Amino acid sequence: MVRFIILRLLGALFVVWIVSVVTFLLFQVVPTLTDTSPVYYYIGKVPFPPDSIQFKALVHRFGFDLPLYAQYWHFLSGILFGQNITDGVSTPISCPAPCFGYSFRQNELVGTMILNATPVSISLLVGAAILWLVGGVAVGTLSALKPGSFVDRVGMTSSLAAVSLPIFFTGPVLLLIFEYTLGWLPDTSYAPISEDPAQWLRSMILPWLSLAFLFAALYARITRSNMIETMGEDYIRTARAKGLARRTVVVKHGLRAALTPIVTIFGIDVGTLIGSTIITETVFNLRGIGYLSIKSIQQQDLPVILGVTIVAAVALVVANLIVDILYAVIDPRVTV
Amino acid sequence: MSSTLPSPAIRADGRKRAFLEVNDLRVHFPTADGLVKSVDGLSFDLERGEILGIVGESGSGKSVTSLAILGLHKGSNAKVTGEIWLDGREIVGATEDEVRELRGSEMGMIFQDPLSSLHPFYSVGTQISEAYLVHTKVSKKDAKAEAIRMLEKVGIPNAPGRYNDYPHQFSGGMRQRAMIAMALICKPRLLIADEPTTALDVTVQAQILELIKELHDELNSAVILITHDLGVVAETCDKVLVMYGGQCVEKGRVDELFYEPEMPYTWGLLRSMPRMDRDRQTRLTPIPGSPPSLINVPSGCVFNTRCPFTDRVDGDKCRTEHPNLELGVTPGHAVRCHIPAAQRQEIWLTEISPSL
Repeated sequence: MVRFIILRLLGALFVVWIVSVVTFLLFQVVPTLTDTSPVYYYIGKVPFPPDSIQFKALVHRFGFDLPLYAQYWHFLSGILFGQNITDGVSTPISCPAPCFGYSFRQNELVGTMILNATPVSISLLVGAAILWLVGGVAVGTLSALKPGSFVDRVGMTSSLAAVSLPIFFTGPVLLLIFEYTLGWLPDTSYAPISEDPAQWLRSMILPWLSLAFLFAALYARITRSNMIETMGEDYIRTARAKGLARRTVVVKHGLRAALTPIVTIFGIDVGTLIGSTIITETVFNLRGIGYLSIKSIQQQDLPVILGVTIVAAVALVVANLIVDILYAVIDPRVTV
Repeated sequence: MSSTLPSPAIRADGRKRAFLEVNDLRVHFPTADGLVKSVDGLSFDLERGEILGIVGESGSGKSVTSLAILGLHKGSNAKVTGEIWLDGREIVGATEDEVRELRGSEMGMIFQDPLSSLHPFYSVGTQISEAYLVHTKVSKKDAKAEAIRMLEKVGIPNAPGRYNDYPHQFSGGMRQRAMIAMALICKPRLLIADEPTTALDVTVQAQILELIKELHDELNSAVILITHDLGVVAETCDKVLVMYGGQCVEKGRVDELFYEPEMPYTWGLLRSMPRMDRDRQTRLTPIPGSPPSLINVPSGCVFNTRCPFTDRVDGDKCRTEHPNLELGVTPGHAVRCHIPAAQRQEIWLTEISPSL
C-alpha cells in the first residue's frame, strides 16, 4: 500500500510538473509568437514603443530577455522557494513559496488572491458535492429498485429536466424566488464561515442548490444504470438466497458495488470544479477561484491566469490521487 | 387459525405430505414478445435423504424451478402459480418475509458459477458468516468460528488463514467449496445445487459431487441436483426428472430412467451422451433441431417438432393433443408420450438400446 501511494504520488508530481511547463510555455511564448512582448501581459499597459530604451529596460527587468529555460527556472523556483518581487523602484515585496508572482494590474500577490478566493470556492463545492452525491444516489437507487415505476419515472423525468437547465438559468430563478419574491433569504452576501456561520450558510444555500441540482441529475442517472446492472448480478441472487433482508441486499451488496464507478466520477468532478465554478460564482457574486480566473482573463492579467491554472491542475491531480487510493481500499481486486 | 382446518402436513386426500412437494408449478414471464412459459405444470415429490436430479437442455426451466422453490421470483414480474410445500409450509402464496426466513436456514442453494455468485468486495469468510448471522443469534466471533469450521469441513486447507481472502484469490474449485459451505452453514434440510460443477474442471467436478454427497449423508437433507450431465445423475441421484420445454416429460428412479427409459426425448439424451464402456468408433447421435420457443410452445406434445417417432402414433395426435404425464410400468415412473407403453418398451429394446 505504501509503495502504491508513493508511486502514485510521484506520478502526480510528474503530471503537475508537465502542467507547469505547458502553461508556462503557453503563456510566455504565445505572446512572442504573435509578435507582442509578454511584458504587455505581465504589467499591463506599457507607455513606451517596443524599440525604445525604456521598453528594453522593462524586458530586461522582468527577465523576458533571458533564455527560455532560465525564465522557466525563475518561475519554478519562485513556486518552490519563494522570491522577492521588485519593480526596481519601490521596496521589494517578499513573496514566500509557493510564489505565483505579482499582479501589477490588481496590485496584489497572486498567491494572496488565490488564497482569499479558495475558501469561497471550497465552501461552494463541498456543500454542493454533499447535496448532489446524497440526492443523486438516493434518487438513482430508488429509481433502480423498480424500473418503470412511478418513482422511477418522476425521478428520471425531473433529472432529465435538471440536466437540461443551465446554472445561469436555475441560479437567477432561485434568486428571484427565494431572495426577491418570498424574501426568505434577504441578504446573500458572502461571509467567511469563521466570522459569521449563519450568514455563510445563508449565502451558500442557493449556490449549493443550483450547482447540486445539475450534478445530482447526472449522478441519479449514473447510479440508476449502475444499480440496475448490479441488482441483476449473480451475487445479489446469492445474497437473497442466504435469506438476507431486502435492505441488506440493496445497500450492503447492491449499492456497495454500484457506487464504485461513482467514486471515480465524483473525484474527477470535484477536482475539476475547484477552479471552474465560474458561472455559479458569477451568478451569485461569490469571489471564488472561478470568479478570479474569469476576471483575470478579461483583464489579460497573465500572472493570475498562470497561478489559477496551476492551482486548478494541482486540485485535479490531487483528487485523482485520492480516487486511486480510495479505489484500492474499496475494491480488493485492485492490487496495490 | 381455526382448529377444524386440516394440518398443513396432511393433504386433502388424507395422505401425508412429502418433505418437498411441488404441485402444478407454473412460472410465466410476461414480455414484450409474449408470455414466456418457463415452467408449465411441474409436479414432483422429494423426501429427506433423497437426491433428485433434474435434467434437461438449457432453457428447459430447470433453474427457474429452483428459483421458484426458493421464492426468488417474488418481487420480479414472474407470474408463479401452483403449490410448493416444504415441510408443511406453502411457499408460492407466502410473503417475501416468510420465505426469507426459510432461505438459508431451511433451504440452501449452490449456484453454477461460483465466481460471479460471490460478492467481489467482501472476503469469502465474511460472506459465509453473514449467512450464519442472519438466521442464528450469535456473536460475530462465534459466527466467524463457525464459518472457519465449515470451511475446514468442505476441505479448504488453512481455513483460518483463508477466511479473509477474497473470492478472486480462490481457485474455481475452492470457490465452489466456499459456496457449499455458505449454503450449508445453517444445516438446511433442502439443498438445491444448480449445475454446481458446470463451471469447474473435470477433475474438480468429481470432488465437488463427492462433497455434496458426503454432506447430504451427514445432514440427511433432501437434495435437488440440477444438471445437464447424465453421468453426474447416474452417479449421484436416487430419482430423476427430465424436463423439456418447461414440462416434465419423464420421471422415475435413476435405474429406471437409465435402463428402461420410455420417452423419446430421454432416449435422445442417452444417445447423445458419450460413454466409456462402449465402442469408441460409434458416433454420438444428437437430437436434431433446437429446443422449442417458450413463447410459442408447440401444440400437442412439446417434443413433437424434434421427435423421430411421431409416425408411430395414429393420426396427428402428437401435434394436436397434449399428452398427459402417465404412470409407467413401475410406480413412480411417469412418462408424457402418446406412443402406447408396450410399443415404447419394444422400441427401446429393439431400436434404441442396442445402438447406445
